[in-house]
Amino acid sequence: MAETVFSRPGALAPVITHYCPGCTHGIIHRLIAEVIDELGIRERTVGISPVGCAVLAYNYFTVDFQEASHGRAPAVATGIKRARPDLIVFTYQGDGDLASIGMAEIVHCANRGEKVTVVFVNNAIYGMTGGQMAPTTLPGQIATTCPLGRDVEQAGHPIRIAELLSTLRTPSFVARAAVHTPLHAVNAKEMLRRAFRYQVAGTCFSLVEVLSTCPTNWGVPPVEANRWLAQNMMPFYPLGVFKTPDGADRAPTPGAGD
Amino acid sequence: MAKKLMKGSEAIGEAAVQAGCRLFFGYPITPQNEIPEYMSLRLPQVGGCFVQAESEVAASNMLYGAAGTGERVMTSSSSPGISLMSEAVSYLAGAELPVVIVNIVRAGPGLGGILPSQGDYFQATRGMGHGDFRLLVLAPWSVQEAADLVQDAFDLADFYRNPVMVLGDGLIGQMMEPVEFRSDRQPIKELQPKTWAATGCPGDRPTNIINSLFLDPEELERHNWKLKAKYDAMARDEIRSAVYAADDDYDVLIVAYGTVARVCSTAIDELRERGVRVAMVRPITLFPFPYQAIRDAALRASSVLVVELSTGQMIEDVRLALEGARPIHFHSRVGGMLVTPDEVIEKVDRILAGGAAEVSHG
Repeated sequence: MAETVFSRPGALAPVITHYCPGCTHGIIHRLIAEVIDELGIRERTVGISPVGCAVLAYNYFTVDFQEASHGRAPAVATGIKRARPDLIVFTYQGDGDLASIGMAEIVHCANRGEKVTVVFVNNAIYGMTGGQMAPTTLPGQIATTCPLGRDVEQAGHPIRIAELLSTLRTPSFVARAAVHTPLHAVNAKEMLRRAFRYQVAGTCFSLVEVLSTCPTNWGVPPVEANRWLAQNMMPFYPLGVFKTPDGADRAPTPGAGD
Repeated sequence: MAKKLMKGSEAIGEAAVQAGCRLFFGYPITPQNEIPEYMSLRLPQVGGCFVQAESEVAASNMLYGAAGTGERVMTSSSSPGISLMSEAVSYLAGAELPVVIVNIVRAGPGLGGILPSQGDYFQATRGMGHGDFRLLVLAPWSVQEAADLVQDAFDLADFYRNPVMVLGDGLIGQMMEPVEFRSDRQPIKELQPKTWAATGCPGDRPTNIINSLFLDPEELERHNWKLKAKYDAMARDEIRSAVYAADDDYDVLIVAYGTVARVCSTAIDELRERGVRVAMVRPITLFPFPYQAIRDAALRASSVLVVELSTGQMIEDVRLALEGARPIHFHSRVGGMLVTPDEVIEKVDRILAGGAAEVSHG
């Protein structure tokens, strides 16, 4: 008898996604689905899809979903969790959604200590609208609304969300991970597992920032996109755990990339 | 239950609790702060939850999330805050989520002032946000009616799966009157279980998705017509209006809603004592608007007087109702100033003496 050693997670719908070749949304979706399966929470999980490339995420999971307006997913999550504390609630948000238009919602959701999990996918650009500058676009990085590269004199520096949220006094779990290599993906799954476990235990707000690629809007082939992420994003967006609910905050990170 | 003297804001909050509302999301803004303050104390007593949001934008999206679980939810705000909620209200209408929104209207535009106004009539009755949708809008003229309409609003929201707005003003919120909550109250509509709610997906059932995104235009067109059918059903089944002093013959018909109608009723009492023949029809639902009731009542009069706290908003609907069948006069105060009974009396006297010009603008 053949033994199944690898299959589609039950929380992942048996459909083909619309994501571009080389985009890491699919990997992140799968990691979330694996964690949902392992924790046995599929039947009491409600996801919130964002506005952006992952707007159709509700088609890719076998869990109930709500579609939020741009940036408001943490408020929608708050409403769901306050109405039904027994549900496991997660948002899936990109950088334009969470770090620009939704900055107020994410900061206050974290600060209230809502017992929800936020998966923050940072690919340093607006994907679905066609490659505009994001709050996370790197200095000098070219985007359609900064065709000469991000000018920090005009647009300021990129926002480090994990670092920013880890300054809040309210206990939470905040981490940053990447998925551009198998080893990084294994670590990212561990971060997601911890994030969901904190929610299952009713402990705290949790957020995992995941560095992601966007070959289409970066204008590079998928393999090169992985290299670009490692060489350009990781120095500015260091990986690791920034905050845990027991109060053990990570020491200030060196200003690599500055 | 015995009658109890209550402030309008507290009666609105208590009515929501009596209707089974267990979640309230709001943000402070004058002149409606007594509603969230009441709910912040009251909801935990009944196992509910009050959240002071970081903004009206967030509050209205918390409302969306909570409504998506099938629970009864409410928010309240005042005009500038309602504007901030208009984005979410469009999504609520598109995703067909039942919520109750109380707008204690203040004078505008912009920051305006904090005193009573009816300047949000257009905003409330003409869709309120982007896209093609309607709210069901209820306008109480007393504290008791505010309490009754808030309870009805939850039933109507659930029945139609649509946002329902209770449109009041600072007078309704602040005045104290006896209120009775009936313990034997039954829902005014036959309500179905909320099988559409996103509460976790057991077994093999298809996932429930709360959503207003329809990328396929044919699908969105079908959705738009489905929503339109609901608004048509509201217009068929939910129109409410009341008449005042209309049993006897009358020469002038006043059309007014909310607390302004209350002022007009005082004026009508005084005019009737003098033998002046005047009556009133009062829309209770602003959408759907009681076009036929107003037309029928107006055809018994020789002229019509619209009184409202705006520079002329509801009067457009009265014109649609009358289609030129009777001359329409207009009296209003704006900016937070109130119409007095004496002003209404003087206006009616002038109309009957032939000295009042018809309105030449909407």
